[in-house]
Amino acid sequence: MSHTSTATLAPAQVSHEPEPVTGIPHDKMGMWVFLCSEVMFFTGLIGSYIVLRFGSPSWPHPGETLNIWLTAFNTFILICSSVTMVQALAAIQRGDTRKLKLFLCLTLLGGSIFLGIQAYEYAKLLEHGFNPKVSLFGSVFYTTTGFHGFHVFCGVICIAFVTGKAFLGKYTQERHLGVETLGLYWHFVDLVWIVLFTIIYLF
Amino acid sequence: MTTDSGQKQNTEHREHKTPNYMAIFWWLFGLTVFEVGFSVFTHPPKAVLMIVLVGLAVVKATMVALYFMHLKFERKSLGLLFASTLLLGAILVAVGIGEHILPKP
Repeated sequence: MSHTSTATLAPAQVSHEPEPVTGIPHDKMGMWVFLCSEVMFFTGLIGSYIVLRFGSPSWPHPGETLNIWLTAFNTFILICSSVTMVQALAAIQRGDTRKLKLFLCLTLLGGSIFLGIQAYEYAKLLEHGFNPKVSLFGSVFYTTTGFHGFHVFCGVICIAFVTGKAFLGKYTQERHLGVETLGLYWHFVDLVWIVLFTIIYLF
Repeated sequence: MTTDSGQKQNTEHREHKTPNYMAIFWWLFGLTVFEVGFSVFTHPPKAVLMIVLVGLAVVKATMVALYFMHLKFERKSLGLLFASTLLLGAILVAVGIGEHILPKP
């Protein structure tokens, strides 16, 4: 008896799922709430950096230690990948799955290049003795950029997953929330880098 | 995961004119070039450098949030949600800075 009722209730629950009270799809709302928590996370890191810097009697000029031009190029790459991500979303909204795949691949490439350049930058800095233990600047630099790099890494993994799904034809003009929520995350990572690049590399 | 109702609303949200993403890209690119040039080639007082660079970073971050993350076209409640965390973050940082700037009792 109970088996029968469960079997008959299940499809009904699916087809009559209530409208989201927020008016925003749950996946997207969930991503926004997650991003809000990420804002607080990065604010903690950036706030610590600012407080430590204000509290230090002397602070090295970033240009003396860091390769600003290389990182400026990396910033350019990340901005480009943000553009390709938003173009991927625009493409699937038009129903253009070929362009969706193309732009997702370009975004994946951009994210991978960013990580590659960051790894190269770290290797060069460590080679020259600039490590997290060397100074307060060193520890703050590696903590903030390292956590951001980890976020980019997670983003690249997710982009690879979504790209795979795109190649399997899982996204259509009507059904592509996965691309949109991933895009939100990726743009947020770009947004955070814009702030980090300015306060860590250019001051 | 995505429900039909969610999808419907998702498409409703998109009923706006697609922004010119390339124009946004060129703005972001131009502002970044200016930022780097201003930091590397000019030597203004530290306070001026800080105000200009932070101002430019805020403009760029706002452009990304409004146009790439589509906050400009989303429901106001979503913008308020995001803005409220930014406000809390700003208070957190301001309190930290105040610790060093304000005279100690």
